Amino acid sequence: MASYSTNEFRSGLKVLLEGDPCTILENEFVKPGKGQAFNRVKFRNLKSGRVWERTFKSGESIEAADVLDLDMEYLYADGEFWHFMRTDGSFEQVAAAATAVGDAKDWLKEQDVCQVTLWNDDPIAVTPPNFVELEVTETDPGLKGDTASGGTKPATLSTGAIIKGVPLFINIGDVLRIDTRTGEYVSRAK
Amino acid sequence: MSAGPSDWQPGASIPALVTRAQLLHRVRNYFQQQNVVEVQTPLLGRCTVTDPDINSIPVPGYGYLQTSPEYFIKRLLAAGMPSCYQLGPVFRHAERGRLHNPEFTLLEWYRLDYDDQQLMSEVKVLVDMVLGAGEYRQITYWDIVAGRQGCSRSAPRAELDLAFAEGCAQLPGRYFVVDYPPDQAALARLRHTADGPAAARFELVVEGIELANGYWELLAGEEHEHRFARDNEVRAARGLGMVTPDAHFLAALAHGLPSCAGVAVGFDRLLMLAQGASHIDEVLTFPHT
Repeated sequence: MASYSTNEFRSGLKVLLEGDPCTILENEFVKPGKGQAFNRVKFRNLKSGRVWERTFKSGESIEAADVLDLDMEYLYADGEFWHFMRTDGSFEQVAAAATAVGDAKDWLKEQDVCQVTLWNDDPIAVTPPNFVELEVTETDPGLKGDTASGGTKPATLSTGAIIKGVPLFINIGDVLRIDTRTGEYVSRAK
Repeated sequence: MSAGPSDWQPGASIPALVTRAQLLHRVRNYFQQQNVVEVQTPLLGRCTVTDPDINSIPVPGYGYLQTSPEYFIKRLLAAGMPSCYQLGPVFRHAERGRLHNPEFTLLEWYRLDYDDQQLMSEVKVLVDMVLGAGEYRQITYWDIVAGRQGCSRSAPRAELDLAFAEGCAQLPGRYFVVDYPPDQAALARLRHTADGPAAARFELVVEGIELANGYWELLAGEEHEHRFARDNEVRAARGLGMVTPDAHFLAALAHGLPSCAGVAVGFDRLLMLAQGASHIDEVLTFPHT
């Protein structure tokens, strides 16, 4: 298995730490002029999302992780798995479990292209597009013409996600543009 | 035609490079006024240092890019050169980060008949000239290490180095670190303190950045040979290549090095502090990629 020495560390590198696939977020070289050199490294555990910090003596190495970020089209969910298809024309599919999909499940709309992270060909994480457009399935009746009062209400989307700060004029059947990174309402799409 | 790599531009802004030029000039001006002679020793030498924590860049067929002008300058001093300085590039293998570039600019000077205390006073004058007047405090090596939890004097060297590096990074303002343990004397002489023998070595840390390292220089040739041999033992234990001690340097010591103190200042880091830069790349024309 390939490995990386500390002098190859850079952000974005995918490595195995304590058996889990991680990505390097930050790598700081620390060295007193007349002392040994170290690398203080921040990792994101790609399975749990947690940030880990570790210090290595320079020259130490860690195993590379076979991790691939792929653009894949979301197809459907069968109650247990979420199915995605490669967009390279191969029609190859993968099935992601709930642990891999995580909070992304709130933003998955059929035919949207997501980023699926594969570790040894198994999906371990799903990143939705930054913006998605989803239909409102439930909300209090809209107040006609109220586009200026600034009041808000919650709305439930087709995925089951509940958005809090939706303007009062929004109705069931409206399509909303949502920023998936914050989970916030951006605008009405139609 | 392809546009080529997008990172062809310099690391530093053009105004930062103009400031660099002004600072080079001011430093040279200061030493000229002090009658300290500028010297230019080889950057490419047959030999290099034995220090197990400094790795040289070898040049096949020629030797090594020099990690500091120390040995060459001491050979000049043994040959009768008065107090002198070198301001120019040095090279260290695999040092790259926020405060490191494998090629960097070192200001190293030697004062005949000075001890470490007198040289510290001159370092203050020079740093004040660049950064403005400031207050300097002293702290011992062991006080820094003791400030890091769970690190005792008997801890392995790697743990001490890390505790020391992290402790220094936390120091606010300007601190001279003094009283290094004898096994970290490098080429400083030893003196007796209430706490036992300590190296007559100092470092200056400014805003958490290690800026200067100075010695009241060791003179005895035999003691140099002992320290070089011990460096090579450490190298062997760590699986590093052995370094043949520089015979010309040892011959110069046998001839006689006059009593002196010397210090090396990281010129790029001094510029970083002067400009409030957070990364060394912000003061270099073209950082190593």
